[in-house]
Amino acid sequence: MPDSTATAPEPLDAPVLDRPRPRTARLLDVVGRVREVGIALALGLLVLVVAIQEPRFVRPGNIEEILLSVSILSIVAVGQTLVVLTRNIDLSVGSIVGVSAFVCADTMRGSPDLPIPLILILGILIGAGLGVVNGFLVTVGRVPAIVVTLGTLYIFRGVDFVIAEGDQVNAADVPDGFLDLATARVLGIPSLILFAVVIVAVASYGLRRWRSGRELYAIGSNPDAARLVGVPSGRLVFGAFVICGALAGLAGVLWAARFGTVDARAGSGLELAVVAAVVVGGVNIFGGSGTAYGAALGAILLGTIENALSILKLNPFWLQAIQGAVIIAAVTVDALITRRLQRALRKARRRA
Amino acid sequence: MKLRWSALLQWETLLVFLLVATFLMGSSIAESFLTGTNLSLATADLMEKGIMALGLTLVIIAGEIDLSVASVAGLSSAILGWLVDRGAPLGAAIAAALLAGALCGLFNGLLVARVGLPSLVVTLGTLALFRGLAFVVLGDRAVSEFPLGFTEFGFNNVPGTLIPWPAVVFTVLAVLAFLVLHRSWIGRQIYAIGNNAEAARFSGVDVDRIKIGLFVTSGMLAALAGVVFTARFASARPDNLLGFELDVVTAVLLGGVSIFGGRGTLIGVVLGLFLIGALRNSLGLADVGAEEQSIVIGTLLIVSVMGTNALRGMQERAARRRPAAPIEGGGRS
Repeated sequence: MPDSTATAPEPLDAPVLDRPRPRTARLLDVVGRVREVGIALALGLLVLVVAIQEPRFVRPGNIEEILLSVSILSIVAVGQTLVVLTRNIDLSVGSIVGVSAFVCADTMRGSPDLPIPLILILGILIGAGLGVVNGFLVTVGRVPAIVVTLGTLYIFRGVDFVIAEGDQVNAADVPDGFLDLATARVLGIPSLILFAVVIVAVASYGLRRWRSGRELYAIGSNPDAARLVGVPSGRLVFGAFVICGALAGLAGVLWAARFGTVDARAGSGLELAVVAAVVVGGVNIFGGSGTAYGAALGAILLGTIENALSILKLNPFWLQAIQGAVIIAAVTVDALITRRLQRALRKARRRA
Repeated sequence: MKLRWSALLQWETLLVFLLVATFLMGSSIAESFLTGTNLSLATADLMEKGIMALGLTLVIIAGEIDLSVASVAGLSSAILGWLVDRGAPLGAAIAAALLAGALCGLFNGLLVARVGLPSLVVTLGTLALFRGLAFVVLGDRAVSEFPLGFTEFGFNNVPGTLIPWPAVVFTVLAVLAFLVLHRSWIGRQIYAIGNNAEAARFSGVDVDRIKIGLFVTSGMLAALAGVVFTARFASARPDNLLGFELDVVTAVLLGGVSIFGGRGTLIGVVLGLFLIGALRNSLGLADVGAEEQSIVIGTLLIVSVMGTNALRGMQERAARRRPAAPIEGGGRS
């Protein structure tokens, strides 16, 4: 007991977020880093094993194919990461991708002379607008995010069907300039991959370095404490939903550009893959820890497994089962490592 | 006892009004809505979701969630079809399908209660895993050769009535679930766990065992839903009941069950279920497509949670205004 009274109370105006962080927080950081290294190792091992069986797997063409197939997923997963960090979830991302993809493709068909940057902005604005709906209902309406976004998953998809009226936009209907958005090469790299790399890089930097980025972690670790120390929780959670929506909107434009053929079903079920990528990438579903590049790594791991199955000509029916097993394996390993570390820490503390 | 306004402020009362309103709307949209045949068919169509919702209600009240129900039902349908296709007797095939459902639930339950993983992530993973296994079992085939008695159970009504057989199954199970949740010590412990799992543990509730039991129950009920669906459509396919989890979760939450656990009633869930069914049916009769119907369902889901929140606030305020009841025969000084 005398221990606790011996330490002088810290001055109230000390910048709270700069204080040495408690052991558990540092512990979580360690686990987080272990996670990303772990995924990278798992990825390396997978690539090695498959490459020995089938050298075609590591040809530049195939690697590019894998990265192309996970780019859109990664972009949405980065947005989802921001939301999940705050102890929320956005299940409506697949529907947002769908609305943005159809509206943008339909617009390009109607007015082929529209400058391409404008269509990008249109997609982002559509996504951000739908994100505003989610964010508003969660922060002002005080409805749990899982309920809100389960509802808007339905609503946005329904709106998509109303807009599309059973119509389909084909690749031949839209100008080549629009399709180039995803397929054109810059310095030899497909632009779709560049989009994903830039977004992952900016988000990773922002989450680490920017004040609002750090505050997202604070909200997720302990919402009440964050509010007490003056973190504008409501505004930040709202912002996370808007950015998540905007990124899903961008992903929608890119989806339309990549596949060319778009109907009201585009992006259906994407939310499951996105949440899977985020969870496998080491983002804690209860908020407070995880990184954007971890989520991207998670997406790449899932995409690589999918590609490996097809290149090894394994039964494609196993794909979904394996993806499910990977999600569970990732969180189980996570939990076991955390428990082991905590036990070790407790022992060390007792010895001290 | 005098009727209090607060009794009318129950969510279930509001659901009854909404259900009546939907019926009025439905009968004004299409004359065929309020016919015995239509209501009988619409009810039969709702029963798989209903059976899954019973198990999910218990799980959510205990503060967890099971997103894998529809995949378990699909896997059960696939196993049933595979076994019948190989000449297994129907009874054994159904037993195997139900056992598979129980094992799926046990898997979920062990990961949640013993390993300590969040049920949202676990059942999201098993949503993919169990559906994948359904495809592994049956490939992209469909089995549609079943013994006559099995498909007649799916197609027919109780002789002399318009009540479909699956509705009988649902009613029996709903009564059982009601008794367990609202009239037994298990039910009280489920609410206690949902309200505060730590406190329940300290007061002697075996939280882990009950949670595992609930996931097993949910898995078995989902497997039964898969069997009923297979009988109704005389078809076992790996993608049976794909995506049903959304309507099931919606029915439970619309019924007034709190997503955070500890609150909600089975009567509310049954009302929520039939509200969704009546809405989808009457909109369908008005030629509104399934996806467009979802706009209404999704809106209703969000509004209902806002509604229950607001109601709870009003009830609490009303409770505070009412003076505390005097302690009768109080001999303390």
